[in-house]
Amino acid sequence: MKQLDVLYFAWVRERIGIPKERITTDAATVSDLIAELCAKEERYQMAFQDMTVVKVAIDQTLSPLDASLEGAREIAIFPPMTGG
Amino acid sequence: MAVRVQSDDFDLGLEVAELTRDTRVIGAVVSFIGLVRDTTGGDLTSMELEHYPGMTEQALAAIDAEATKRWSLSGSMVIHRYGDLKTGEQIMMVATASAHRKDAFDAAEFLMDYLKTDAPFWKKEHLKSGSQWVESKASDEDAKDRWKT
Repeated sequence: MKQLDVLYFAWVRERIGIPKERITTDAATVSDLIAELCAKEERYQMAFQDMTVVKVAIDQTLSPLDASLEGAREIAIFPPMTGG
Repeated sequence: MAVRVQSDDFDLGLEVAELTRDTRVIGAVVSFIGLVRDTTGGDLTSMELEHYPGMTEQALAAIDAEATKRWSLSGSMVIHRYGDLKTGEQIMMVATASAHRKDAFDAAEFLMDYLKTDAPFWKKEHLKSGSQWVESKASDEDAKDRWKT
């Protein structure tokens, strides 16, 4: 088991209801972690119902959903960026 | 080559003056300012900009470093604001300085295109009738893809 800081931004944060939480998990990839969260509570299903509009950063670097969580400490999940 | 993320407003003139100070090799400066725009026909009261502190600075620095690698630049400046901004307020700026205009123009466009899709900022429009998150556009991804070699 490893401990991860999981951060949420924009409407992902609003749907889940918190900006950050510490999660203890065995998940191998971000996809696994999200599946685990969705199985836990409905608010996660609401946030992650359309995975084509969800992006992920592992330790502050944009990463694919199937990227390994090996050695990761901070995961962020958010919608596509709209800066500029 | 500098990046700033701040809630305060900025002065493009001062930033460009700083960029070109103490140098005689710069022949061209290109700058861009992004403003809060009302797309709702008068319903917009303000625009909230959320970001991911830490990653934002890293992502902007990485984009800036890539531009510096691709073009011959004497300097560059990226400033992006966060927080609650009113209609017409400045959101962000990029400025690029080079010996020749082509490097400065191309690098400025590149910085903008990458910033749109890779820097972790999110806009939320506050309207008289409620609020809504701005949706990303597929055209932003297309704009970025044209720089892929």
